[in-house]
Amino acid sequence: MDAADSTHPQEWPKPLKAETRALSFSYGNRLALKNLSLPIAEYQITALIGPSGCGKSTFLRCFNRMHDLYAGNRYEGEILLYPDQRNILAREVDPIEVRMRIAMVFQKPNPFPKSIYDNVAYGLRVRGTSERQLLDEKVEQALRSAALWEEVKDRLTARATSLSGGQQQRLCIARALATDPELLLLDEPTSALDPIATASIEELLLDLKSRVTILIVTHNMQQAARVSDWTAFMYLGELVEFGLTKQLFTTPSKKQTEDYITGRFG
Amino acid sequence: MSTPSLSHSTPSIARRKIAEALFKIVGLGSLTIAVGTLALLFGALLYQGASQIDWQFLMSFPSRHAAEAGILPAWVGSTLIMLVTAVVGIPLGVAAAIYLEEYARKTWMTELIEVTVTNLAGVPSIIYGLLALGLFVYILGLGESILVAGLTLALLILPVVIVTTREAIRAIPVEIREAAYGLGATKWQTVSHHVLPYSAAGILTGIILALSRAIGETAPIVTIGALTFIAFLPPAPFTTQPPYISFDWLLSPFTIMPIQMFGWVSRPGEDFAGNAAAAGVLLVGMTLTMNGLAIYLRYRMRKQVSW
Repeated sequence: MDAADSTHPQEWPKPLKAETRALSFSYGNRLALKNLSLPIAEYQITALIGPSGCGKSTFLRCFNRMHDLYAGNRYEGEILLYPDQRNILAREVDPIEVRMRIAMVFQKPNPFPKSIYDNVAYGLRVRGTSERQLLDEKVEQALRSAALWEEVKDRLTARATSLSGGQQQRLCIARALATDPELLLLDEPTSALDPIATASIEELLLDLKSRVTILIVTHNMQQAARVSDWTAFMYLGELVEFGLTKQLFTTPSKKQTEDYITGRFG
Repeated sequence: MSTPSLSHSTPSIARRKIAEALFKIVGLGSLTIAVGTLALLFGALLYQGASQIDWQFLMSFPSRHAAEAGILPAWVGSTLIMLVTAVVGIPLGVAAAIYLEEYARKTWMTELIEVTVTNLAGVPSIIYGLLALGLFVYILGLGESILVAGLTLALLILPVVIVTTREAIRAIPVEIREAAYGLGATKWQTVSHHVLPYSAAGILTGIILALSRAIGETAPIVTIGALTFIAFLPPAPFTTQPPYISFDWLLSPFTIMPIQMFGWVSRPGEDFAGNAAAAGVLLVGMTLTMNGLAIYLRYRMRKQVSW
């Protein structure tokens, strides 16, 4: 645990849900992530902050092997998923299997142009669940978890695209939760939303963390400070500093972190 | 720099307005010539042919006597050929497009195939006829049959189907694909649950437009040796004896609407001109119906899919 010792010797999350070890990633010849080692605490919210282009989204997308969809991408290092400590980047691990355990919510709400119900049920259907009663139950549960049930329970057959932006994003969260993922990835989930919708999503995340480990990328430092327990600051593809959120925001140990959180660059 | 006064800029506004008015006149003129010519042609066709179209015309074989001649074998032939073309051309074209767009790795090979397919869409149709004559008629020995005509036109529409299907597939936002993959969908699940249904409107439109182009094609069909005078129908696809379905019609000789029309046009004398015009009206009617269907389907399905 050398990486931790160098920053905040006394603070290292426990227990872990995942851990990256010397993770590097390149798009073709361009090295986008350099040797990142980062722990993800179980049932906590870990925020990734940093200026645009620092690689935080790239890092997040490694966790569900999204980069496998495009040619020329290369991972190095490991992402261990706890409790089994399996390296999900290993060649023999099927990316689909990884995505079965790790769900993702994207920057722009991206509901399918199908009904609200079909959106939430999709992950289960992909896994072969077709029993109506079970689907009904899971859909309701997921929509309740995403604080959307009350608003949509009377129109589950309505088109998902008819919802407002904030509702669409909560629907996407419900869709991700329906399959009971172990880890929930959120890639700047509120950047396309207004402040009220943003507040409701943040509140939702705080509710959710008792059930699912959350890793969130945000360009909004206040958001990281408000919702996360742990924060990692990235710059130019490198991990600059990692620690407890309140510590990192009040007494950063690196000059670069301080400059960024005080708004001197980024 | 001093600001130009209003009075100073007035003449320039007037000048620009003249240019605008001039362009309006030129544009309107071009439109009138283009649409007017078409309307005139179709009007003349209608005037000459519409009165000829009746039940007897639709249900009779060609004849030496203009008044008794009908178009039955031609429209039956055209319909059956379109059927073969659709059954062969659509699955091949759509599957090829899906493969190129969703599965194939982007290498110089796929680039080459892409360019080739796009260029094939512009190859003159008679070239397809020559190819079909050599391959289907001489080498494979399928004869001057409905099957060969259908296969030839399927080849002809294949590049168009591939290109339009790819465009339709490409219009689907990458976010939608990533959403499906993110939930653990396989490539095929993503394609069959999302990519195809959401692009169906565009694909269908492309298919119908390709078919409506194929129905009027004459050159490749003449090349493979279609008859111009035919006094029988292909064998029925249903029989009274088991197995009740027969595919003999596939190997039957045939004629098609444009060829029948040409046959009548090339006859001396006024008598058959009316028949030719009537066949023309029917052919245009068939094409317009297909285009109308394409517009309707696009409208219906676009309403359902939005992001």
